[in-house]
Amino acid sequence: MNRPVITVNGLNLWYGQTQALKNISLDIPEKSITALIGPSGCGKSTFLKTLNRMNDLVPGVRITGSVCYEGQDIFETNVNQLRKEVGMVFQKPNPFPMSIYNNIAYGPRTHGITNRQELDEIVEKALRGAAIWDEVKDRLKKNALGLSGGPQQRLCIARALAVQPKVLLMDEPTSALDPIATSRIEDLVMELKSQYTIVIVTHNMQQAVRISDQTAFFLLGDLVEYAETEKLFSQPGDKRTEEYITGRFG
Amino acid sequence: MISNRRRLFLWTVRGGMYLAAALTGILTLFLVGYVMAKGIPNITWQLISTKPSYLSGNIGILPDILNTLYVVIASLAIVLPLGVGAAVYLTEYASSKRLVGVIEYAAEALSGIPSIIYGLVGMLMFSNNFGTCLLSGALTLVIMNLPTIMRNTQESLKTVPQAYREGAFGLGAGKWRVVRTVVLPGCIDGVLTGCILSVGRILGESAALLFTAGFAHALNGFWDGLSSAGATLTVALYVYAKEQGEFGVAFAIAAILMVLSLLINLAAVLVTKYFQRRNAV
Repeated sequence: MNRPVITVNGLNLWYGQTQALKNISLDIPEKSITALIGPSGCGKSTFLKTLNRMNDLVPGVRITGSVCYEGQDIFETNVNQLRKEVGMVFQKPNPFPMSIYNNIAYGPRTHGITNRQELDEIVEKALRGAAIWDEVKDRLKKNALGLSGGPQQRLCIARALAVQPKVLLMDEPTSALDPIATSRIEDLVMELKSQYTIVIVTHNMQQAVRISDQTAFFLLGDLVEYAETEKLFSQPGDKRTEEYITGRFG
Repeated sequence: MISNRRRLFLWTVRGGMYLAAALTGILTLFLVGYVMAKGIPNITWQLISTKPSYLSGNIGILPDILNTLYVVIASLAIVLPLGVGAAVYLTEYASSKRLVGVIEYAAEALSGIPSIIYGLVGMLMFSNNFGTCLLSGALTLVIMNLPTIMRNTQESLKTVPQAYREGAFGLGAGKWRVVRTVVLPGCIDGVLTGCILSVGRILGESAALLFTAGFAHALNGFWDGLSSAGATLTVALYVYAKEQGEFGVAFAIAAILMVLSLLINLAAVLVTKYFQRRNAV
């Protein structure tokens, strides 16, 4: 495994009275794809959203334990800076209701880049990075909501890339897409691995097998097993993992 | 088979409904037609472009038109930032659900109060300090329209998808940047609707202004306008009809107001349609 970018130690999380994450500890290695799997409500999305503190937006959340990004406690650092480094792609494509160009430029502008030429370069690079440049280069001024689901999601990936993050969190990024759009996103994610650390939540176990290097299996807030993907799916170390991946529940 | 009694009953009910519908239509048409017929012949260039003079016996409503314009602009200039600001605070920042509930309830209650009460309060609060003038009138109208602007903006803010906010936060944007760049542009339709409704209400308001802005028909300079007393069109309508017996002028004003309010309603419909179409993309 590569050197860890994010280290999680004894993480507990409560929504009000319900405990959604129980004593989670794991390391996320650099420039690889980590898949989080498990049945609905197991805490995988909650865990993902903890990594860039998106859970801060939910009222009544309480967190104990430590999460470090590059050795720094994320709860001590500036949250906006953290989210610049640890970007996010959501389950449903959520482009802003503005032009394609302005969607991509939103992040860089947020972080103080106003030079037109510089922005042009960033936008092109981000769109190329998300393999959508050729489709949209002639209509950068058009409203992003005019794109269909697959391209919208790649636009959202480009938007996240535009702030030059180190880590990309993806929350079931293909669950709202058709199979062809899904496979394009999967190809893209595997290409991005060479430059970014990717953590992806997925409901689709074939997807986890196809693209990820290591997989974490969550159940009812517990991290049951965390291992290299090949090993986890071929020789699961825990009976519950085996039952889940062979489709006996979930 | 339907019995004859039953058939008679159905006919009566149906006839009654037709009659009610017809009466409603006829009454509305009659009212509009009557005001227009009586008013339009009295609208002359002389009337709308001069000020009244007791010496020459001239009657002109130019000052009243300008006063109306003044009051509309002054009220909106104050009420917009207040109302939109309050709405943004309540939906985006306020953490206490109870406080929000209390304020929303108060706003609902405020919008149901008869306008003459606003007039009375405005007189005590503003006219006693600034004098009877357009500024006092405008400030009174600010209080009256604050709930309209606030509630419309709030309802519209609630329709801005949470996903937009998440997307922006996820890119490292701070709260204020998210509100300014993603949330506020998404609620522009609510702000506009609130504005149009408020303008309609201001145009039609007389009771609150009788107390606070006075009846003067003088043409004041641009800068003195706000600090001088002045009648808006509706107040002038009252004065000409009730105190001077100039019914021709009163109907002319009424016709102008009616056309204006029709236009404003039309604008509200068009704005709503435009944004529905834009959001449907």
